[in-house]
Amino acid sequence: MSKGLEFSKKTKERLQAIVAKYPEKGAALLPTLWLAQREFSAITPEVEEYVAGLLGLSLVRVHEALSFYTMYTPQPLGKYHIQLCTNISCSLLGAEELLAYLKKRLNIEAGETTPDKKFTLSTVECLGYCGTAPVMRLNETFYENLTENGIDQILRKLP
Amino acid sequence: MPELVLTKNVGKKDSHTLGIYEQGGGYQALKKALLEMKPEDVIKEVDKSGLRGRGGAGFPAGKKWSFIPKEAPKPKYLTVNADEGEPGTFKDRVIMENDPHMLVEGSIITSYAIGIYQAYIYVRGEYTRSISRLEDAINEAYARGYLGKNILDTGYYLDMAVHPGAGAYICGEETALLESLEGKKGQPRMKPPFPAIVGLFQGPTVINNVETIACVPHIIKNGGEWFNNLGAPGVGGGIKLFPVSGHVKKPGVYELPVGTPLREIIYNYAGGVRGDKKVKAVIPGGSSAPVLKVEEIDVKMDFNSLAAIGSMMGSGAIIVMDEDTDLVKTLRILIKFYAHESCGKCTPCREGTGWMAKIITRIEKGQGESSDLDALLDIANGIRGRTLCPMGDAAAMPVQSFVTKFRGEFEDYIKRG
Repeated sequence: MSKGLEFSKKTKERLQAIVAKYPEKGAALLPTLWLAQREFSAITPEVEEYVAGLLGLSLVRVHEALSFYTMYTPQPLGKYHIQLCTNISCSLLGAEELLAYLKKRLNIEAGETTPDKKFTLSTVECLGYCGTAPVMRLNETFYENLTENGIDQILRKLP
Repeated sequence: MPELVLTKNVGKKDSHTLGIYEQGGGYQALKKALLEMKPEDVIKEVDKSGLRGRGGAGFPAGKKWSFIPKEAPKPKYLTVNADEGEPGTFKDRVIMENDPHMLVEGSIITSYAIGIYQAYIYVRGEYTRSISRLEDAINEAYARGYLGKNILDTGYYLDMAVHPGAGAYICGEETALLESLEGKKGQPRMKPPFPAIVGLFQGPTVINNVETIACVPHIIKNGGEWFNNLGAPGVGGGIKLFPVSGHVKKPGVYELPVGTPLREIIYNYAGGVRGDKKVKAVIPGGSSAPVLKVEEIDVKMDFNSLAAIGSMMGSGAIIVMDEDTDLVKTLRILIKFYAHESCGKCTPCREGTGWMAKIITRIEKGQGESSDLDALLDIANGIRGRTLCPMGDAAAMPVQSFVTKFRGEFEDYIKRG
């Protein structure tokens, strides 16, 4: 184990409750990675090692899950992670134009973080908000029926 | 309009709480099932209801349950598929956010009917509100004695847990979902053995979509025949949630009889096309369903009618495209999606989706060649039917239908350069 990386007491309790839900410890990998991402803000190689140790899994089992699922991040993102849906229903209502607008406003490409580490911009596949398209997810909040004006208002209010 | 069944509480204050759910007759069906019905009677009732799986494949629910062996060396499991990821689909989220107890109650009744003592609800990671609402609902159900040991003093016991996904469309495929629930990357399994025999943790497993399970309490409370009769005359099969998106005036989730004509849904319920434009194309069952031309929108929205015209009901998600829609761009978006989500296990899907994405991107940029359309069809034909899971078909069908039905538009794009 490296650098004294360790879950808080509260997270350890949560982990125990999660592991108890499954007949095999390894089944708790996805929820454990969620706990780790929230606590350490990224799943770095050290975190992978820690999680593997906690669940008694090989490193490769943890790494293949990490690289397979899109919602885990191996490096810290900006303070605000903007995820814009560019799939069909959102694109029919202007998502690609909104993407261009966001890129211009933040002065970064999709997949990049602003130099001040405030924003990371990502495009994502269907988020399941097609009835209120276009939609973006900002950290864990969804913003629906998005417009350029709406984006301005949302970004302006952020501390 | 008949009374709403699945969406009757949508928009009501605190509809997600146990108190409100019980006030509206919630958990009466559970009491009826556990106290008055034998497990096999529950299955019979669901059989009678004509309920077919709402996730996409449309398999009769009662029949699926009857495949589970009564005696098995390993524990049996119920897995609710809440990995709603099919583009255009947002109906299960409406149930989970507004009426999570309906899903919990349905899951308990289903588990009782099949002799299951552990249920999991696999929710896509992005649906944070659905996850917290379901977790709260499950805790409330435990506290009230609807879950846990000795439910309603019958001796029956059941544990239930939410399992969060982490971003992978493929996990909506049932065997990929099982892999993911076991903590692995979500790559589909070879079938057979089918999950009904060897599923989660090697035990017999039933996997049903959220909407399917949410119908169960209503079927038990009011009878299978009642549910079946809610379908359109001559069609049956109950009611269905139709999420409508794209160029319509009033997008949203509409609860309507199975067999309602597509035209009626678009014009009478979703308000018609924005700007009163004409319809160019409609995808009737989520992004994987073959696209329909405007001449085809009188089709009834049921499994058989859509199959008869070469499409499918899938998740029931209707995506409407108006006369100005750029279909080359739209198909590029769809292909790019499938290329991104291919899990990489089967060569035709892994390689084919990537090549199709390259070709359609080239066409859109005005660098297409006259042979490109046949190349696209050739690749799509090479994927279809040649992969372990239905995602290969899902990627091929939009390509085949868009390019065949709207070939002129694609050719114009290439000619224009």
